[in-house]
Amino acid sequence: MENGALGKVYQDSQVIVRQGEVGDCMYVVQQGRVAVVQERDGKEVPLAVLGKGDFFGEMALFDREVRSSTVRAIGEAQVLTVDKKTLLRRIHEDPSLAFRIVQQMSQRIRELDAELVRMKASVLSLE
Amino acid sequence: MLEEKIGPWRDETASKLELESGSRVAVIGGGPAGSFFSYFLLDMARRLGIDLRLDIYEPRDFSLPGPTGCNMCGGIVSESLVQALAVEGINLPPTVVERGIDSYVLHMDLGSVRIDTPLREKRIAAVHRGAGPRGVKDTKWRSFDGYLLELAMGNGAHLVRGRVTDISWKDGLPQAKIQGGPPQAYDLLGIATGVNTSALKLFEKLDLGYAPPKTTKTYIADFYMGQETVNRYLGSSMHVFLLDLPQLEFAALIPKGDYATLCLLGHEIDRPLVQRFLDAPEVKQCLPPEYRVPEDHCHCSPWINVQGAVRPFADRVVFIGDCGVTRLYKDGIGAAYRTAKAAATTAIFEGISAEDFRRHYWPACRAIRADNALGKIIFAITRQIQKRRKDRGGVLRMVSREQRTERGPRRMSMVLWDVFTGSAPYRDILLRSLHPFFLGRFVWEIIAGIVARIWSINGQKH
Ligand SMILES: Cc1cc2nc3c(=O)[nH]c(=O)nc-3n(C[C@H](O)[C@H](O)[C@H](O)COP(=O)(O)OP(=O)(O)OC[C@H]3O[C@@H](n4cnc5c(N)ncnc54)[C@H](O)[C@@H]3O)c2cc1C
Repeated sequence: MENGALGKVYQDSQVIVRQGEVGDCMYVVQQGRVAVVQERDGKEVPLAVLGKGDFFGEMALFDREVRSSTVRAIGEAQVLTVDKKTLLRRIHEDPSLAFRIVQQMSQRIRELDAELVRMKASVLSLE
Repeated sequence: MLEEKIGPWRDETASKLELESGSRVAVIGGGPAGSFFSYFLLDMARRLGIDLRLDIYEPRDFSLPGPTGCNMCGGIVSESLVQALAVEGINLPPTVVERGIDSYVLHMDLGSVRIDTPLREKRIAAVHRGAGPRGVKDTKWRSFDGYLLELAMGNGAHLVRGRVTDISWKDGLPQAKIQGGPPQAYDLLGIATGVNTSALKLFEKLDLGYAPPKTTKTYIADFYMGQETVNRYLGSSMHVFLLDLPQLEFAALIPKGDYATLCLLGHEIDRPLVQRFLDAPEVKQCLPPEYRVPEDHCHCSPWINVQGAVRPFADRVVFIGDCGVTRLYKDGIGAAYRTAKAAATTAIFEGISAEDFRRHYWPACRAIRADNALGKIIFAITRQIQKRRKDRGGVLRMVSREQRTERGPRRMSMVLWDVFTGSAPYRDILLRSLHPFFLGRFVWEIIAGIVARIWSINGQKH
């Protein structure tokens, strides 16, 4: 990676966030790609692949639950950490800073809705 | 004539002043404050379905190397700003960031110590504001200011390449004029000219109640070293010097791509002081042996805002960034972002009258001003530490001990990190440095240093 790439370098398959751990920061992908997976009954369910500019781990900013998924680097990836305290303080001063986080969250809800509709439709067609 | 000077805010019957679709906005100055203001104003307007026409007036061509394309600064984008921008969706690319900084090295006459961030992550960006220093051999990186200006233009801002030479009022609207062009009327003026300009006189003459910031002279120089030498001698650390030199508040050597930027802040930095600094052994050890500062290196003595402007707003006018209120000595680009956002949210959600800016924009400026007052205390304490050998020894011992142990609190390291990088409010830093554990440990390290010194002197005698 270049001298000017910000954040931290993660090697291929290196875990950035582990499901079940307590988190106090969110992450923004600077370069490369990362995979979001959920571990369930010993199996890994792939949820999403994120790229440059995408963020993850933002739920930890607003709730005190453990991480809901594991995130791993796909190839070499450079990821920036955003501290919870720094960010919440800034959002307190300037609530509009949360616009993009809310926008991404609402985008994800839309995608989940679409996924749910697809699943329900396939269940109905089986019946 | 008098009416032209006074402007419309004295008219008590005026209806609410606000931006609506079709409103025209002029932003004077396309440095960080002007570009951030334009970017966020247009972004928020779009979210609300307001269609604005926004012109940014900027005479500089940021794609040119040397003084013509440069807004003269150390080029450190602070940790807090890098994070906030990433959340805003502005991820500074490696084509702009010449070096990610993950640590700093504190140099004193008693020794040097490297301080890593707990996360060991590159969260500070070192950039050039223009396309590089005068005489740059190969422009491998893009200008930071140019990058921000392009972002604003990507959001719909229209660039007017020219210096505003006159501001006047007509029919209750402010007008901006460039050399050779007719005056253009606007609904709102965002003024972001910085302090290194004669334009501030234009605003004083308008009788807006605005008084420009107080400033002092600083010094910046760029030394060509080549990427490999920069890697080897400076690495990805910012090098900070606590030397007992009068007038000097802060000295740093910042690694960039092929260059190292020297940045001296203090009171009226002059040539003899610069020379004394460069001759100091602590500085020489950071440069290759036999390194000679090139005769024709790019250097400048810009003004820095050390006390914010008075009343940086009026009806239809708001001053942002350095020409308004900024942070003392540190994170000026971060303050430009904060004031730009506060001004943009006020203009979009509250209105553009003096009263709107007073109620919703001024608190952001006031918070920075209040924090600067605490910053002054911190810099006064740092100056005392700089002067006293025993205190310098205490700092060095405490930081060295913290850096040797993986776990445990890193009180001094974090206080120094935040003082030097400008990443935290001065209030936080002061509170942490007044904590009894911090003070107790510091006093203990000073005493331990004195005792160790007495022992070694006695040992030498016997
Ligand atoms: C020695 C020194 C080191 C510094 N180091 C750092 C650092 O490492 N990190 C940091 O965050 N901050 C640093 N700063 C502070 C930082 O430079 C400023 O806070 C920042 O540039 C402010 O941005 P601005 O947009 O308000 O003003 P400026 O950057 O000064 O931009 C003003 C713009 O307005 C334009 N302009 C001026 N007059 C007119 C006119 N009449 N018409 C049209 N356009 C006009 C100019 O061409 C310029 O582009 C440093 C400052 C100094 C002096």
